[in-house]
Amino acid sequence: MSARAIVETSEISKIYGVGDIRVAALEGVTLRIHAGEFIAIMGPSGSGKSTLMYILGCLATPSAGTYVLDGEDVSHLSRQELAFIRSRKIGFVFQSYNLLARTTALRNVTLPLLYNRSLEWNAQARDEKARALLELVGLGDRLNHQPHELSGGQQQRVAIARALINDPVMVIADEPTGNLDSHSGDEIMHILQDLHHRGTTVVMVTHNPRVAREATREIHLEDGHVANVVRNGIHEEHEGSSEARQE
Amino acid sequence: MNPLEIFRVSWEAIIRNKVRSILTMLGIIIGVAAVIMVVAFSAGTEATIKENITGLGSNLIFVTANFNRIGPGGFTAGAAAASSGLVFDDATAIADSVTGVDAVVVEQGATETVKAGETALDSISILGTTPGFPTVRDMKISRGRYLNQSDVDRKLKVAVLGYTLAEQLFPDADPIGQVISVGSVKMTVVGVLARKGTVGEVDYDSRLYTPITVIFTHFTDSRFARIAGDRVRLVYVKVNDTKNMDSIILQIKLLLAKRHKTTLENLDVTITTQQDVISAQESTTAAFRSLLAWVAAVSLLVGGIGIMNIMLVSVTERTREIGIRQAVGATPADILLQFLTEALLLSVSGGILGMASGFIGAWLFSAFSSTRTVVLPSSILLAVGSAALVGVFFGFYPASKASQLDPIEALRYE
Repeated sequence: MSARAIVETSEISKIYGVGDIRVAALEGVTLRIHAGEFIAIMGPSGSGKSTLMYILGCLATPSAGTYVLDGEDVSHLSRQELAFIRSRKIGFVFQSYNLLARTTALRNVTLPLLYNRSLEWNAQARDEKARALLELVGLGDRLNHQPHELSGGQQQRVAIARALINDPVMVIADEPTGNLDSHSGDEIMHILQDLHHRGTTVVMVTHNPRVAREATREIHLEDGHVANVVRNGIHEEHEGSSEARQE
Repeated sequence: MNPLEIFRVSWEAIIRNKVRSILTMLGIIIGVAAVIMVVAFSAGTEATIKENITGLGSNLIFVTANFNRIGPGGFTAGAAAASSGLVFDDATAIADSVTGVDAVVVEQGATETVKAGETALDSISILGTTPGFPTVRDMKISRGRYLNQSDVDRKLKVAVLGYTLAEQLFPDADPIGQVISVGSVKMTVVGVLARKGTVGEVDYDSRLYTPITVIFTHFTDSRFARIAGDRVRLVYVKVNDTKNMDSIILQIKLLLAKRHKTTLENLDVTITTQQDVISAQESTTAAFRSLLAWVAAVSLLVGGIGIMNIMLVSVTERTREIGIRQAVGATPADILLQFLTEALLLSVSGGILGMASGFIGAWLFSAFSSTRTVVLPSSILLAVGSAALVGVFFGFYPASKASQLDPIEALRYE
């Protein structure tokens, strides 16, 4: 694979609790995600897919192992340094949209830029970029609507625009269609597909196989391990999973 | 996040919960308004007192006897009772032998019933003085004349009435030339003083002034006076220049010690100056002010606790928002600053509102009462500054709590 690696994890684990009540949410996960991939992380609840997503999204650090994001080792960063990384490299889309209430679509989309230190954005440039992104997700006529004036699908589209405003190296979507009816869900998947075709790296967490099939690669987690990997519908032996099975 | 954005976000959060914000500010508003009003009130009172005291006449030395009458006929001596206290001849001696003295005035009092025709007034304060009295007490004559030296020398039974006393005795008639009875003594009214008001605790307008010699002759027990001289309660010494004050005081002390056959340490008189009176008054108002400062500090403290309380509620309520901001790149410092700014805005807005109500209150107070209020610029600075300090101090804990939230837990918070 010639494409640049965006995510490289090596044997990452996440342990919660101490002593007798230690619980391993992730155990020795090794992953490599290349630029432009559309990844679906699958698995039943408790499989560790949320934990993996938070680590990949730099909201948490692994207890062991290393995580290199876009060529930068982020395994041991402080909370502040993680915030800087999120601000520059990650865009989040959540199941429950997580827009700021009583704040217009435009203001919600520009929010990440307020915390972005790599570039000094003036208000006009921020608004212009947000407007362009809202037009891209089909909400060019809803710029000044507040979340409660928008449908679930529209809110999720605002969230996608917000995830894109800092030109992230990776968009992380957590059950992006989980709260939506099938029609709105299809629209959202269509937008994510569109982003993928434009070259955006998308990592989506879902337990819905129908949604996961849209991805170029499905990574199935079970009990904190990678169980198997399906690439374009074809089952593929995973380097970590075979070892895990042998134990 | 740049400061302007932080400011805007915080301000929007305050505006969003208008009623709650106002209620939160109330403690600060009351505290600051109290500071402004109380300082304005005490500054006004202080200025009035100062004017009144200065109105008593400047460059004055007061010589008072150390005797206190306790009960009928009883005396306690402040010093070895070898001498008879302050007498009229002491005043004459001061006038004759101390240099730098402009005027020496004595005062001795009595209380009598004053009658004019059908009108009788009980317990009127009768003051025996000498002609210099209006000078040292800074009083003006409004009608007729004041007592003169010949009245004193010839022990003439004449009276000068205070302004209100004259109005009470002679509501319709001209008092000049009228004969009134003071106790059992008939006196002729020769003058009426201009309104002076109450200074210290003495109402100058309701007194009757008569020659000191008349007091000695008709209103004091003269058996004692025959042996020791005519007792006076107070001698006013007006000096020509305040620079000579200390040397004149020393001269008076030496003179009286010699006359009373005692030492400087055992001197049976007390000498005070106008400045002493002002200082005493100032220390009283200073004590009053510091008490009020404590009251204001306590109300600001209570206001601050209110702000902390509401900020803690706000942080809990907005946990999800904090999580979202963290997810899109807000650092702990960004969150800390946002909530600290919010607390600061709350307290400073409260401070400004409190300042405005303090001004209005002080203005209303002086408009509807005779009390003067003076709003000091320093009190504005103090009030708003301390409100800001309260905001930062009590806002810090909630803000730091917000900044330490785990982003994952904050995002999951329902």
